[in-house]
Amino acid sequence: MGSLPSNYYDFFELEHRLDLDLKDLEKRFYALSRQYHPDGYTLKSREEQQYALDATAILNDAYRTLRDPLPRAEYLLKENGFDIGEQGSKNVPPELLEEVFELNMAIEELRGGDDSARPALEDARNKFVGMRDQVDIELQAKFTEYDRTRDSNVLSEIRGMLNRRRYIRNLVNEVEKELTGAAA
Amino acid sequence: MTPLQIDFGNQERVVGIDLGTTNSLVAYMDPAGHPSVIPGEDGDKLVPSVVTLHRKGDIIVGNKARAALIDEPDRTVYSIKRLMGRGVGDVQEELKLFPFRVAEGSEAVIRIQLGERTFTPPEISAFILRQLKKNTEAFLGEPVTKAVITVPAYFNDAQRQATKDAGRIAGLEVLRLVNEPTAAALAYGLDKRRDGIVAVYDLGGGTFDISILKLHDGIFEVLATNGDTHLGGDDIDNRLIHIALEDIQSEWGKDISHYGDAVQTLRRAVIEAKERLSSVPATNIELNYKGKHYQREITRELFEKLIADIVDRTLGPCRACIKDAGVTVEQIDEVVLVGGSTRIPIVRNAVETLFRAKPHTDLNPDEVVALGAAVQAGILAGTVENQLLLDVTPLSLGIETMGGVVSKLIHRNSTIPASATEAFTTAVEGQRNVLIHVLQGERELAKDNRSLARFDLKDIDPLPAGMARIEVRFLIDANGILNVTARDARTGKEQSVDIKPSYGLTDEQVEAMISESIDRAGEDFNARQVAEARVEADRILAAVDKAKQNDAYLDLSDEERREITRALNELLVVYHGDDHLLIRAKIDQLNNVTMKLAENMINAAVSSALKGTKI
Repeated sequence: MGSLPSNYYDFFELEHRLDLDLKDLEKRFYALSRQYHPDGYTLKSREEQQYALDATAILNDAYRTLRDPLPRAEYLLKENGFDIGEQGSKNVPPELLEEVFELNMAIEELRGGDDSARPALEDARNKFVGMRDQVDIELQAKFTEYDRTRDSNVLSEIRGMLNRRRYIRNLVNEVEKELTGAAA
Repeated sequence: MTPLQIDFGNQERVVGIDLGTTNSLVAYMDPAGHPSVIPGEDGDKLVPSVVTLHRKGDIIVGNKARAALIDEPDRTVYSIKRLMGRGVGDVQEELKLFPFRVAEGSEAVIRIQLGERTFTPPEISAFILRQLKKNTEAFLGEPVTKAVITVPAYFNDAQRQATKDAGRIAGLEVLRLVNEPTAAALAYGLDKRRDGIVAVYDLGGGTFDISILKLHDGIFEVLATNGDTHLGGDDIDNRLIHIALEDIQSEWGKDISHYGDAVQTLRRAVIEAKERLSSVPATNIELNYKGKHYQREITRELFEKLIADIVDRTLGPCRACIKDAGVTVEQIDEVVLVGGSTRIPIVRNAVETLFRAKPHTDLNPDEVVALGAAVQAGILAGTVENQLLLDVTPLSLGIETMGGVVSKLIHRNSTIPASATEAFTTAVEGQRNVLIHVLQGERELAKDNRSLARFDLKDIDPLPAGMARIEVRFLIDANGILNVTARDARTGKEQSVDIKPSYGLTDEQVEAMISESIDRAGEDFNARQVAEARVEADRILAAVDKAKQNDAYLDLSDEERREITRALNELLVVYHGDDHLLIRAKIDQLNNVTMKLAENMINAAVSSALKGTKI
């Protein structure tokens, strides 16, 4: 029972990269699960049981974080000393100001019972979804760039993009809530 | 495989138990390596989850208790699973539909009145578990102390804890709680060993679960689960009962809904009618009560109309589960049906339509969960290799923050064990305690979620406000049960955590119930000895009765005959008491005074035999 690496990448014995092969990650996850899962330790000593429980909890938390690109990127940013808070997503990215203003108007109208605002909202949703997908493509490119260059300026750019993406995601959620809420 | 897993020195038997709303079953891995259900004393594999407190003080479980539902409704309880881990405030709806007699003063833990005694739901479930344990020990001829028990996937922390408590009270070490749909997948997957995506639709007596799993090379990875812990066959029965009660009121001019025996007789009748409707297009619901007769025809068409909304209520969770699993309907390779209610054709149709696949029914839907539990028991005991279940937590776990808002720490459908660490500090100078309110659920406000427990971090070093730093680790174990530990980040010292569960029993209460059940076991033992003494008394009473007809009895002196009569009466007096030693003493006394009579009879028999053989 050696001590367990608490770093998620180290637990999987992976290089600290932003671009990961998900098939490979899954294979490692299954193999480590077989090794550490509490099922194999049920009739062992309490210490061994606790060890298995702790190991599997880290393994599962690590897998959950690394298999999704966004939490993975946030994890790597934090590891490199970047502050990841929800703060950044609360400030409206300047290039979105006008869109958000129009969106708020449409939401107000819909809430006021004016159903003619619905198409405008649907347009807005489609536009934001498009933006989100665009950010994802750009992020993917930056991931590759960082893995190649290990340049911390790239990480800084990624942080900005993650904030922007989080903001857009919130907009999409909000519009969807209004659209389904109004329909009900 | 790690070196730790190789030494299978002492292989202990672990059994799998399906503790169901309607029926409970126990299964084990047979010598050939197949899961197999263990029958009860009466040969029945299904033990009805019904418990009755007999007037003599014994607890009776299963088919015999089911009969008592009609004769002794005030001493009998069924569907107790609906009350596991719940408070009185939660169950007002259930109380309208089920004849649960909640004892006065019940709050966070319900107590059920059975005759003159009261029991908590875990104690009642423990009676069922003890019966299953007894059946297993009789069948296998060896003591059984370790078990895997299944729970609905959508059970929350309190409901899981209550189930674990029930096991402890019954004298079972619960090695694992396994989610019912996952257990079913295990039972199916064992033979098939196929890779792919499988959905398990489990509509039981009182609960509904849907789980979507990914099968890969012996690993059963649950992708998502959803459900409703208060939706099942019971609700269907209640619909039919409601209609019949209305009919009866208008036909007989009498509301019989308050007569426990009438309602229970009717319940039996509608359940049988419901079951018949799965194979015939129309049937009758009949009730004979106190010389009156009620009968109505019910067609499958009408039945389907009546329960359409119940079936519909299962579809929302199914869609949510598919979405959470991140798969499309087309990607789901197979659908497995579990639970007696999936025998109903309209339920099957609904599943087929939603998943666009013909559901699997090769295993008996009543048994499949218990069989899967036995497989999991085999995995834990080390007798089943290469199979591994990776399950998820059904509900998000969070803590209450400023303004009554929930901050989520572990999201639903996270693979378990799962953990999250959160740092807490103090708000005022010198503050020694921090209270943490933990909740389960998906809603944003604390008041809309299920309160799980309050944790009091105590004895914090007095420091200026905001300087203390207590790290609290929330860990959901492989049973889906929360464990909390805390440590002072400045000193690294373990921090004491005082847990007050919002619903359910404290550790001390469970301990008290365990010791009480041991005391009761003493009572049970006494009851058995009394029963045995009575059997012996019956034997000698019958023999003496018969001997009185014999000529030899007339040959006795008046005094001798008087003594026999006195001993006979004395035995009859103690016969109905519960002192087995006294019964034995009176049996011996009667034996003594009838000694001469017996001798005379034998002599007479011998001499007549001798006469007969003389040439």
